[in-house]
Order: sequence, then C-alpha cells, then structure tokens
Amino acid sequence: MRRWIATLVAILACACAAIAAENPDCAVASHLVSADYPLPRVAAAVHQAHQLDILVVGAGSSTLMGPGGNDLAYPARLQAILAKRLPDVKVKVATNVKPRRSAAEMEEAFEKILMEEKPKLVIWQSGTVDAITGVDPEEYKTTLDDGVEALRDGGADVVLMNMQYSPRTESMIAIHAYVDMMRLVSQQRQVPLLDRFAIMKHWSEAGTFDLNAATRKVEMASRIHDCVAQLLADLIRDGAKLSREQAKPNQ
Amino acid sequence: MLYDPTIANPNRESPSSMAAAATSQRDLRLDLFRGIALWLIFLDHIPSNIVSWLTIRNFGFSDAAEIFIFISGYTAAFVYGRAMQQRGVIVASARILKRAWQIYVAHMFLFVIYMAEIAYVSSTFENPLYHEEMGIFDFLKQPDVTLIQALLLKFKPANMDVLPLYIVLLLGFPPVVWLLLRQPTLALASSALLYALSWHFGWNLPAYPSGSWWFNPFAWQLLFVLGGWCALGGADRIGPFIRSPYVLALAIAYLLFALFIAMSWQFSALAAYIPNWLSEIMYPIDKINLDVLRIAHFLALAAVTVRFVPATWPGLESRWLRPAILCGQHSLEIFCVGIFLSFAGHFVFNEVSEAVYMQVLVSALGIALMCAIAALMQWYKTIEGRSPGARSKPPDADLAGGEA
Repeated sequence: MRRWIATLVAILACACAAIAAENPDCAVASHLVSADYPLPRVAAAVHQAHQLDILVVGAGSSTLMGPGGNDLAYPARLQAILAKRLPDVKVKVATNVKPRRSAAEMEEAFEKILMEEKPKLVIWQSGTVDAITGVDPEEYKTTLDDGVEALRDGGADVVLMNMQYSPRTESMIAIHAYVDMMRLVSQQRQVPLLDRFAIMKHWSEAGTFDLNAATRKVEMASRIHDCVAQLLADLIRDGAKLSREQAKPNQ
Repeated sequence: MLYDPTIANPNRESPSSMAAAATSQRDLRLDLFRGIALWLIFLDHIPSNIVSWLTIRNFGFSDAAEIFIFISGYTAAFVYGRAMQQRGVIVASARILKRAWQIYVAHMFLFVIYMAEIAYVSSTFENPLYHEEMGIFDFLKQPDVTLIQALLLKFKPANMDVLPLYIVLLLGFPPVVWLLLRQPTLALASSALLYALSWHFGWNLPAYPSGSWWFNPFAWQLLFVLGGWCALGGADRIGPFIRSPYVLALAIAYLLFALFIAMSWQFSALAAYIPNWLSEIMYPIDKINLDVLRIAHFLALAAVTVRFVPATWPGLESRWLRPAILCGQHSLEIFCVGIFLSFAGHFVFNEVSEAVYMQVLVSALGIALMCAIAALMQWYKTIEGRSPGARSKPPDADLAGGEA
C-alpha cells in the first residue's frame, strides 16, 4: 500500500520491462516492483559463474494443489522465464515448500537447507500462516530478521515475498500487521521485497484478475503464478543490475 | 482533561432535582468524541474501504481506539466513582462487574456473527489460488476447541479485540476507582508503573492458537486509568498546564511531526527525508503495547481539542452533532452494531461490487444505521423510564446514558 503511489521515475523505468513482459496482464503491476536493494551474489553468479541456483522457501501459496500444480506454480515458471532470459546461464530453481508452515518453522530449517542446497538466492515467502494462527507480529519480525541474517551469513542473497491479497478472507485474517512487519524488515535490512500483497490488490482494483471468483479451476491461479514469476524475474534482474552499477565506481 | 467541572454552574441547579444537577454536569464533548470514534472504528474495520483514508490513523500515530478507551475510562470513573461515594464500595463494584458481564455477552454475540460469516464463506467460496488462506476455516472443523477458547477470550477473530480489552479493564476497575477517590496520584502512578513493567517483562495475556492479545491490557490500562483520573479531579489539577500556550505549541508541533511521518507511509518520496536513526528509534510503532509515541499523539490531540472545543461550545447543542452524541451515549450497542456492519459492508463488497461509489455508499449507510439505532435506543430508554412499573434509578445511572 505504501508504494501504491510510486514515483513517476519508477513507472517510466519499468515501462521498458512492461513492453518486454511475456504476459501483458502482469505489466499492470510492474510499477510496484522496484529493486531498491542490490543482489551482489546473484550478479556474481550470473556474470562470473554463469550458474544461478535459486531456492524458493515457502508455504502453501508458493505451490498449486492438484495434478501438474507444481509445474504451474511460480517457482517452476520462474525457472522457465530466467532460462529464456539468460541463455548462457545455467539456471536452477529448487523448492522447499510445505503448506501450513509458519515463518519460524521455515527459519529453523535454514541451516540444513543452506548446507544441502548452497543456493545463491533464497526467495522466502511467508506470513499467511502466521496471520491465521495469530503469531505475535513482533515475534514474526524477529524471525524474519534472524532468517535474513542466517541466509546472508550462509552465502545467499535474499528476496522476501509477502502474502497474497485475498478479498474474501480479508475481514477474517488480520494480515496487515504482518505485511507491515515484512516491509519494515525489507527496509531496515535492505532486502528486496516482492510485495505480492500490493501487486495482487492492484490487479484486483484494476480489474486484471477477479480475485473474488469462486472456482475450482486452476486457470486463473496459474496465470497469477505466471505473473508473479515474471515480476520476480524482473526484480532479480534489476537487483543484480543495481549491484553491478554500485560496484563500478569502486573498480 | 475533557471534563471541566467549572462549567457546571451551581446557580443553574434546582435543589429539588438531583437528576437535573447531574445532567447539567454531563460533558457532551465526551459523547461527541466517543460517537465519532465509533464511526471511525466502523470505517477502519471494513477492509479495503476507500473512506477509511479519511480516518485519523492515516494522519498520525494514534487512532480511534485510544479515544474510545480513554473516554470509556473517563465515563466509567465518573459514573462508578459517584456510585462508590453514594452507595458504597460493594454496590459500585457489583455494578462494574455487571457491566463487564454485559460486554462479555455482547462480545459473544459478535463472535457468533463472525462464525456465521466464515461458515458461509467456507461453504460457498473455493479457489485453488487461496488454499493456504482457507486455513482460517480450520477453526470450524474443531468447534469444541474453538468455542471454548472463544468463551475464555483467548480465541479472538480479526477486529474483535477491543471488547475483550474493555472486559478485562472493567474487571480490574473496582480497586482502581477506590484508589482514585482516595489517592489519585498514587493510582495514576501505579498504573504507569504497571505499564512500564509490562514493557520491561513483556507481560501480556495469552491468545489461541498462538501469540498474545492484540490490545495488551497491561499496557492499555494506562489510558483507561488516565481517563478515570481526569474524571475524578485530575482535569482540574492539570487544567492550567493544558491551557498554557507552550503546551499548546508543543502539542501542535508534535501533531505536525506525526502528520509528516504518517504521510511518508503513503508517499515514499517523503520517507527519504526521515533520517535512519529516527526510523531506528521510531519503528515499529507498537499498537499492541500502546507505544509511547501513540500515547503522546493522543494526549496532544486531546490538549488541542480541549482548547478549541470548550464544554460551553454552543455547537454541542446543535442538531447536526446530535447523531454523533447519541451514538456516543449508547456506546456498547453502537460499537457492536459498527462491528456487525463492517462485516456486512465487506460482505457487500465481495458479493455485489467493490466500486468506489459502493464503498462510499456502504460507509455512509453504515453510519446512518448506527445513528438510527442509537436514536432507537434513546427512545427505548425514554419509554422504559416513563413506564409506571419502572423503579426509579439512581440519578448517576442515567448520567452516562446508562453507559460507562
């Protein structure tokens, strides 16, 4: 919400990205994706090692249930999009996704994950389960702080991803306190944030997607995941670019 | 602070009518601002409501909850303090506890409405995109645990945290009133000490399924007791201080500072002007534990309000403000109506339309309904007061419109 009146500069800068976007629907929200903070390890992996290992750590909203759901969900789509955009880089997007996991449960697993997977970038999605079970928002923030620190110490860049905007359950799940906490961690620790909540809210208001629709079909859900993957790919590209720009004057 | 006893002109009292004397002491500003706070709470509780951009939480640190709790503490101390002086400690305490029970019943009524809403949505809404969010319906799958935890005030659905706070505050209120009548400064100091201790030791009441209360009673009691302290003579003592031009200037400066910070939440360009060290100290502005920044903001707001809206202000008698005053006089009923209407309003957004005109319409209609129901409550009070079988009530019961 805080960024919904983004600066004109950001809109113009992202207009190029919008034109290049694979799915024009997604571009509606591209001004909400701005790389404010660099991703130095991603930049090094792409430009020096030519190999980018990404790990998505998340809960139920990082996957889609049902047959073929994993292939339609945003981690698989991200791999496809990045592979296409970076033909000379070996891109691998692994997942550590389990439904109904709180941020604290994920954070506990980080040490093991870092040892086994050695990712250069961790995309950490959390919040919905914490909001449903009413975890103390302060505690949630501490978990995010500790988690970001652990991942960075373990040699990985971090991108945070917050909750989905869900109009039907908005009056039942007190989600805003957690959205605010994640934005605060993003600012204080300089972690790029994919503000999925603001992005989806924007899609809902602009009429891009009807998030109120009651359906069993996975069609709209997969389009949204595809868009989330595209915006993530934009954010990763811009973050890597930013760290290269920052590195230049020092060379 | 909001009540100025010098306004109650003794010459206007007719010696034969105690009730008339009591009524002339009623400070309509309390009802007015509590009524407005109830409207703001209603608007804020409808998610994604464009009209809620107008509410005070977007222009500073504190919001309607502070106003509501402070004024509730004020009126409770005013009514029950008087009762304690006239009828004794036992009677006054019994009436406070009865009030807490009424609020508990009202809270459970709202809880049933909430469960009905999620039960309906769980049976009609399905979308593979939201299977994680559907976890909220798990509470329906184990009614034994959910209902018991709700009865224990541990399971509190979203936006239903104010009444449980109010219940706990009233449960602890009898000794506070007793002390406020005898040693007001000590009472206020103890309250401040409890606030400080709760911050230091992280005291809060537990919640279900995890975490703790969204309005920490150990912290929020400070505003409630402060309201009571002002009602029982404190306002007189700090009156000259509040009216000093330096305090006014300080209050206005702080409100402007808070306004700037609040604007930086909407317009990220402004955030660049806030130095890092300031953000480090300031954030997060803790609502759960009633951050000092929030208390200060509320106090500044109150000081400015008292200065520019005196109790003798003729506007208080105008019919334009009558609806807000009526809402404030029936605060428990209107609070519940507001929470129900915010559920209903959000339901309309989802089922009918989320268009901006609809949001404005639902907001306006909701406030109109709150006023209509307050008028109905007032009418009930009149007919019940007049009915021949009715026992005469002690004058102080009517004082707060039967509300404390």
